[in-house]
Amino acid sequence: MKHPLFRPLAALAALLLIALFTIPGFFSITIRDGHLYGSLIDIVNRAAPLMLAALGMTLVIATRGIDISVGAVVALSGTVAAMLIGGGPDAQTPMVWALCAAMGAAALCGLWNGVLVATLGLQPIVATLILMVAGRGLAQLMTDGQIVTVYHEPFFFLGGGYFLGLPFSLSVVAIVFAAIALMMHKTALGLFIQAVGINPVAARLAGLKTAALIVFVYVFCGACAGLAGLMVSSNIKSADANNAGLMLELDAILAVTLGGTSLAGGKFSLVGSVIGALIIQTLTFTIYSLGVPPEVNMVVKAVVVFLVCLSQRSAS
Amino acid sequence: MKPVLELQGISKSFPGVKALSDVALRLYPGEVHTLMGQNGAGKSTLIKVLTGVYAPDSGTITMEGEQIRPASTQDAQRLGISTVYQEVNLCPNLSVAENIFIGRYPRKFGMVDWRAMRTQAAALLEQLEVRIDVSAQLSSYPLAIQQMVAISRALNISARVLILDEPTSSLDEAEVQLLFRVLSKLRGQGMAILFVTHFLDQTYAISDRITVMRNGEREGEYACSALTRLALVNKMIGAPEASEQLAQQAKAATPGPVFLQARALARKGALLPLDLDIREGEMLGLCGLLGSGRTETARLLFGADKADAGSIRVGERAFPFASPRDAIEQGIGFCSEDRKHEGAILALSVRENLILALQARQGLLRAIPFKVQQAMALDYVQKLGIKTADIETPIGSLSGGNQQKVLLARWLATAPRMLILDEPTRGIDVRAKQEIMDYVSGLCRKGMAILFISSELPEVLRCSDRLLVMRDRKGCGEFQRGELDETSVLHVIAGGAQ
Amino acid sequence: MIKSPYFTPFVTVALLLVMLGIGGAAYPGFLSVQVLFNLLIDNAFLLVLAIGMSFVILSGGIDLSVGSVLALATMISAWLLQVMHWPPLLVIATVLVLGACFGGAMGAMIHYFKLQPFIVTLAGMFLARGLCYLISINSITIDDPMYLAMSQAQLPVLGGFISPSALVALLMLAVAIWLAHFTAFGRGVYAIGGNEQSALMMGLPVARTKVLVYGFSGFCAALAGVLFSFYMLSGYGLHAQGTELDAIAAVVIGGTLLSGGYGYVAGALSGVLVLGTIQTLIAFDGTLSSWWTKIVIGALLFIFCVVQRLMAIGAARKT
Repeated sequence: MKHPLFRPLAALAALLLIALFTIPGFFSITIRDGHLYGSLIDIVNRAAPLMLAALGMTLVIATRGIDISVGAVVALSGTVAAMLIGGGPDAQTPMVWALCAAMGAAALCGLWNGVLVATLGLQPIVATLILMVAGRGLAQLMTDGQIVTVYHEPFFFLGGGYFLGLPFSLSVVAIVFAAIALMMHKTALGLFIQAVGINPVAARLAGLKTAALIVFVYVFCGACAGLAGLMVSSNIKSADANNAGLMLELDAILAVTLGGTSLAGGKFSLVGSVIGALIIQTLTFTIYSLGVPPEVNMVVKAVVVFLVCLSQRSAS
Repeated sequence: MKPVLELQGISKSFPGVKALSDVALRLYPGEVHTLMGQNGAGKSTLIKVLTGVYAPDSGTITMEGEQIRPASTQDAQRLGISTVYQEVNLCPNLSVAENIFIGRYPRKFGMVDWRAMRTQAAALLEQLEVRIDVSAQLSSYPLAIQQMVAISRALNISARVLILDEPTSSLDEAEVQLLFRVLSKLRGQGMAILFVTHFLDQTYAISDRITVMRNGEREGEYACSALTRLALVNKMIGAPEASEQLAQQAKAATPGPVFLQARALARKGALLPLDLDIREGEMLGLCGLLGSGRTETARLLFGADKADAGSIRVGERAFPFASPRDAIEQGIGFCSEDRKHEGAILALSVRENLILALQARQGLLRAIPFKVQQAMALDYVQKLGIKTADIETPIGSLSGGNQQKVLLARWLATAPRMLILDEPTRGIDVRAKQEIMDYVSGLCRKGMAILFISSELPEVLRCSDRLLVMRDRKGCGEFQRGELDETSVLHVIAGGAQ
Repeated sequence: MIKSPYFTPFVTVALLLVMLGIGGAAYPGFLSVQVLFNLLIDNAFLLVLAIGMSFVILSGGIDLSVGSVLALATMISAWLLQVMHWPPLLVIATVLVLGACFGGAMGAMIHYFKLQPFIVTLAGMFLARGLCYLISINSITIDDPMYLAMSQAQLPVLGGFISPSALVALLMLAVAIWLAHFTAFGRGVYAIGGNEQSALMMGLPVARTKVLVYGFSGFCAALAGVLFSFYMLSGYGLHAQGTELDAIAAVVIGGTLLSGGYGYVAGALSGVLVLGTIQTLIAFDGTLSSWWTKIVIGALLFIFCVVQRLMAIGAARKT
């Protein structure tokens, strides 16, 4: 009962139950052409970019920070990749290099944020606000506000392909999750991040490299956002600098909070954030399937944010 | 003459600690009454009870004969008790005039009347003989002037009792004189002033009467003229009247070569140039009153603060300690006196807190295996007698004393060559104190250099091989083990004329 | 004076004059009266938003919901006018009251539940936009004669003309400056922004002030919505996406510190004019893509924030 993952899991279970009773065939999974299909698969697939963003955001929030530029980075990375690959059936730049360039740009954005917060001591919301404004503008500049369609087939695999019967995007999330979870387990990264988030003064006096840690979490967040951007871009087979990743940072923050990580920093849960992302996606899907206008989603999200924050206050 | 303010039988407890125990205080009109005591003596808790921040568990507060029970700072203010704090508690971004009148602006046609505000503010400050541009921002003035503004505000709200909580900690000599002129004037006008400080010279310069607090109790109330410096210092930090005599320390082994040498180490506003040597296997005690610069010295030696001048040599080479990592690399560890804010990472477990410094030194990638962490934690729990349900319980749920032991273990785990302990036994019961100091002395004899800072003189005298006395942010005397006797040390600490 | 945090607002005004000068030198017709008036006409609603945002930021908080509340105001107005056929003045009054209540509710949550402003106003942003769509997914066109009149009216001034919206915005600015400088509420906002703890200890009605500040911001957002609906003659959930960021940028560029306590409400005007001038410069140039606007705004934000931060570090080091 007291396990920190209890609440998010209970919430997810409750949602799935509601979906089960209100949406016919919600839990059915069929196999076609060796691929698994079904509502559940759909949910997980669509949640993949959010899961990535939430993973990155978790570590930033754990250090008492916040990154509201995530959406802009998503737009930027998709744009860089699409522009480099070009609109023809053959890639203008080898796809591998295009993807690397996009990821590099995303990581650079994270570095920018991290340096502003760690060395200049800017408030995280202020520092990331700058990139939120300028980053999307940069993406829009590069595409001149137009949607850049990609026709290079291999690019679609990232967002739309299948691997072992499941959407490839899942595998990507699984790999990133495994990598960061491994780092948490095998190294002292988790301990250090928590220490910095709970008491940065004591952490410094104990000999931790607080500045380096803070820069790292922002770079990781940027990279995750970049990967999410590639996924989104691949999914819609184009780069939409205007709309890609719009409001994603808000969903990511919500996912992290739902997963049990406190906005005040300190202890965090990567699994919780993933569950949080699934909750949000299940909510969206259920609302959509029930024929309720999807915008009602926003009202529900708002109420959920209030409730989660209030419950965090009473718990602490 | 009857007292304006009288406290009787005031007690206040918090979970795990009795902050005030049956404290009495009397304030008469037209006097400056100084409240003295070391950290943890209960001064600030008493002030908080007086100003309505805390409600006492028992006891009465009487003002001009009537019992009062201030429930908040506004309440206390309305009752006539005004407080000026060390950090001034004004709004730095607003003008001087505005700060004086916040919440009570002079109005004209319902609007804030700036001209009247400025004129009245200037007049109020004139009464304190302070003439400044009242429309300038408060933060553009030094702290001393800001305090004058705070005092003006307090007076304007018609205070009958003025409490000044450590007002002189950040002031220079001239500014202190200015403050004292103002206080004398107010005293002459019949104001009852409660002055909290730890500076001996100032106490003797301004006080009429002194109340000494120690360990949450009122040690006594004295007329200033009747209490010598020596006696006062003795009451604050000397051998307590009826306390258990701690076992005498066995003679220490002869110390080895010099481990660390500091020359002309200084930092603006914290420490005047200081020379310090410490040898391997030596316990160097650092004593003095609160504010004498002991913690500042420790922080400079650990790299927690960066020195403005001077050098630190470890072995042959000089190292600029720009951050704690530099010092840790040289094998130095530091147990801060503020364990809650600078030591314990409250939400993390005992085990995690314990291995933190060692892990930090090993780096991110080479994680200490869980089993090794457990073994280490259990080992120290046993060695230091840490009372905890489990090594996985959050350190925040341990008592202060046990938290301190965990933090000590944190540094011991790094096998340091030198350990700086700043008030390691504060808030710990007598037996645990003995346990810790015996353990630490044992380490010392095995070759660790230890810099030991404490406010409790008997403890420092008992354990140190050498003793460095500090006063007013500089070193002012050194004693070898053979010369250590309480009276002579107290003399040096007290300083000045008897 | 240079070291004072009150210095940056003057930098903004200087920047504005420089930019106008460059524009005048580079492009013929740039410094015409109408071009300058257009700055005000096109950005009237943003000015009102920035005024409300100034108060919130001065108190040390932030309000991310203003763009959404603006959209909600347009939607409620359109619905009340077109579907419920209410008289326009009643509609405007209703919408303003609702805006203030929405803001006030957020302020109460922030203060009494001790929640961080950005998360509460973030949720408010979701809520307001969601409510928009609950009323109508598609846009509702307004054809009320009063609104039409407001939309087309041109008030001749000094050889050019301005719109009623611009006039309202300027009036609002005057009111706001009076509020900030001459009322206990306004001074309370500054005090809380300077040091909330001290303000509390000095007996200022912190709770009431904070609720009022967010209520005022909500009111301004609703008013901006009314002005916007004069401009667009429709209510739509997609209106004003991202304008909260523009408002924040205008306030920061206008010289108000994001940490609170320092700055002038008039800075909202200079900030909005700077943003408007950037857009006008780019439009006049013709060769630069309009997307440069966002990048330039981001760059300006960066410069102002970093400079403010460096000055704060310098000031702290002196004490």
